[in-house]
Amino acid sequence: MARLLVRSLGELLITAGVVLLLFCAYQLVWTNVEAHREQNQVTDSIREQWKRPAPRVGAATSTPVVSPPDLGRGFAFLHVPRLGRKYSAPVVQGVSLPDLARGVGHYPRSAMPGKIGNFAVAGHRATHGEPFAHLDRVRKGDVVVVETRNAWFTYVVDSIRIVAPTDTWVVDAVPGKKGVKPSRRLLTLTTCNPRWASTQRLIVFGHLQQQQPRSQGQPAVLAAGG
Amino acid sequence: MYGWIWRHLPGPLGLRLLLATTLVLGAVALLFTVVFPWTEHGLPFLNVTVNQ
Repeated sequence: MARLLVRSLGELLITAGVVLLLFCAYQLVWTNVEAHREQNQVTDSIREQWKRPAPRVGAATSTPVVSPPDLGRGFAFLHVPRLGRKYSAPVVQGVSLPDLARGVGHYPRSAMPGKIGNFAVAGHRATHGEPFAHLDRVRKGDVVVVETRNAWFTYVVDSIRIVAPTDTWVVDAVPGKKGVKPSRRLLTLTTCNPRWASTQRLIVFGHLQQQQPRSQGQPAVLAAGG
Repeated sequence: MYGWIWRHLPGPLGLRLLLATTLVLGAVALLFTVVFPWTEHGLPFLNVTVNQ
């Protein structure tokens, strides 16, 4: 009886060890495999959507619909030449975990790309596709290009900050000035810091430097390969 | 536990090996698709947003 107990306990412990190893494999490998597949799907669906004519408000007006995209829906691409010549991450509306597994997530209450206010985006730095794995390599003066259906928006990085997880001011329309009416077109990127912990957040601030319609092709900073 | 399962698998050795492999793969699939996604919410490095 005692032998059976000891043997069963041993089997349980070995099983627990194997399950923990499997969990590591799941986090380090499988979540990235899944996220890359989902990001490719989102990328394809955005490109597909852009090929079709923009939805119009009624028949009489030619103004494209400006309402925010549905949660979980991809609507733009983020290009960061510093993170790679071909670096491109789909931007999805929302910052819940399922949203962030599909690309980088747009804080739903922040401004849309190129609009007055703050275009704020969060991304994973470890596992689940880890689009912001190397966000710490970004330097002041680097460009971050946002590609939308109609235009390319080139933002320039002003500063990199490390803040507390509760510092929600970084995504305010005017960071640090809650309630102030914005007049500039700003950018905020957020991810965790240090990479495998959550004690802090790594923040990249920028402002819009230049914009051009899609008809003019991609900005020179991307064409040159960064 | 594993010995008990092995003894209760029916059929010749080949079939038993097949069944055992299926059981293991099924357990792994359950872990990857249900258990792990459900447990990972508390992991620190998944917190990338600023909030209260």
